[in-house]
Amino acid sequence: MELNEILRHLAENRFETASVLLFVVGLAGMLFNRNLFKKVVSMGFMDSAIFLFLTSAGYVEGRIAPIIADPSVPATVEVYSNPLPAGLVLTGIVVSVSFTAFGLALTQRLYKKYHSLNIDEIMMQARKSED
Amino acid sequence: MRMFYENFPFFCVFLALLSGILTTLVRDGKKARAVTLAMLLCAAVLNGAVFLETSLRNVNFTYAMGAFPAPWGNELRAGPVESMLCTVFCLVMLFSLMGGGKDLEEDILPEKQNLYYIMMDLLAASLFALSYTNDMFTGYVFIEINTIAACSIVMARDCGQTILATIRYLIMSLVGSGVFLFGVSMLYTITGHLLMPSLYPAVTALFDNDSLHYPLAVLSGMMCVGLAVKSALFPFHTWLPTAHGSATTASSAVLSGVVLKGYIILLIKIMCRVFTPEEIGSLGVGSVLFVLGACAMIYGSVWAVRETHAKRMIAYSSVAQVGYIYLGLGLCTPAGITAAIFQIVAHAFTKPLLFIATGGLIRASGHQKKLYYLRGAAWRNVAAGLGFTVGGLSMVGLPLLAGFVTKLVLGQAALAEEIPQWQMITALAAIAVSSLLNAWYYLPVILQIWKKEPEPRGPEGEVYDEHKENPGLSFRTAVLCMSIVVVLLGCLARPFVQLIARGVALL
Repeated sequence: MELNEILRHLAENRFETASVLLFVVGLAGMLFNRNLFKKVVSMGFMDSAIFLFLTSAGYVEGRIAPIIADPSVPATVEVYSNPLPAGLVLTGIVVSVSFTAFGLALTQRLYKKYHSLNIDEIMMQARKSED
Repeated sequence: MRMFYENFPFFCVFLALLSGILTTLVRDGKKARAVTLAMLLCAAVLNGAVFLETSLRNVNFTYAMGAFPAPWGNELRAGPVESMLCTVFCLVMLFSLMGGGKDLEEDILPEKQNLYYIMMDLLAASLFALSYTNDMFTGYVFIEINTIAACSIVMARDCGQTILATIRYLIMSLVGSGVFLFGVSMLYTITGHLLMPSLYPAVTALFDNDSLHYPLAVLSGMMCVGLAVKSALFPFHTWLPTAHGSATTASSAVLSGVVLKGYIILLIKIMCRVFTPEEIGSLGVGSVLFVLGACAMIYGSVWAVRETHAKRMIAYSSVAQVGYIYLGLGLCTPAGITAAIFQIVAHAFTKPLLFIATGGLIRASGHQKKLYYLRGAAWRNVAAGLGFTVGGLSMVGLPLLAGFVTKLVLGQAALAEEIPQWQMITALAAIAVSSLLNAWYYLPVILQIWKKEPEPRGPEGEVYDEHKENPGLSFRTAVLCMSIVVVLLGCLARPFVQLIARGVALL
């Protein structure tokens, strides 16, 4: 495949491209970042990436949300975009928010105890106190 | 006309959630405990009834939730395998809570005890839903509920170590569920379905046209890896030993016996009901799971040999045992899946038995957790000693115990004609080496705890009183029941394996 063609494909699927990039950034942050706070934020990145992917899957250019605003206009499928992914994203956001809260609460507890956000340092201190 | 027992799967989920609400209202630890134990008992009976009915009739059924039919509404689906596993989960949670009761009272602040039982109720609800659900997104939501409840029961014993273990567990779990959700989203964008019965023909059509091979490989790989991270398959197991080793006894037992398995059941359902096992095999995902499973069997055991902390040693042994399950799944044949399900049941009883027994031994040794100080502990708490011996010998693979049957069934599945030669050799070698390593670390511990010492001493030179520790009736009952099940699974293996095989055919 030509470079131009690849770029054209990526531009056509720009939402998917962006969401995969964002997902990888979030995943890398969660796995490799040593700062607990940044790990939790990375989780937000990762979840947002998935939400972008899902919403873009349901969105159709030029169509509107499936709400009947004017009863005199007959409702046809062709006018509306798919509402199901939006419903899934809504559920996903609830899950993501609660996990962010839980993660931050745990981070705060650890910070109060060990006065550090670096997970390596916390692990070292915890190991010391165990021995 | 719908049979009445078809309502039971929904009743179980509902009952678990209801008892969670009741538990918040009672506020008293003792009453909360009673509510939860009663709920688990009821759910065990209900699930058991579903299992009896479906396995006698050899059927499965779909249960529509609410007024909307299939493509719009949500569905539950139950068959012999799902209901059997739910029954096992209820019983294991019941025994774990009974056996770990004394540690729970000491490890958790009195005013927070009812919160612990709420998490147990939530865990039970999510496990039932994970086993019975027919919808991928519902599966995802209950995975997350399961995760949050599991993390909470790790940190119930409030100290720096458990909080650290919890946050590591939380982060790895979230990586897993994120990857899984991305896989599900991709599957949705390709097929436009989330219900398993609608996904199955769509995916089969894709395979028949030989189209979208790579996207399917990527998304099935992401779903499998996501669930593998959550069920601690090597090399994603790093969070497991600290989380299971530092939590209170009942939590360790429930986490290792039940929570890890919930995700694997969803994986089995995806393998059988969205794809077929052969399709997963042809995508190459099966081989990856197989190799990782074989590595886990060896690696987990090697680390268990090196461990001196009693509970962490058992936790590393869980890593190896999860490897057995994935080895069976990786074979991508009905026989392999049958072996994996048998291992799920066997491990669900054996590992909590070991954790509960170890908890008892540790209590009888002045709360010393190093293996060295447990010597002679079996004489101070005979029930725990017997439980540990039965569990340990089962792990080693002594005939007439559950662990032996796992190895046998797994070996038979690997020797089937359609299995490629490299898998056959790897599987047999991994089983042999892993059994040897299991013997290497379980047998010395068993010998050590039964070693009669004239004056058993702790690290400070203090002498343990032989008759000080009374483990209590519920501890003895729990250990005895689980030991009996482990022995029964070993003795009545053939009919039980046939039962599972019939259930797998119905999946």
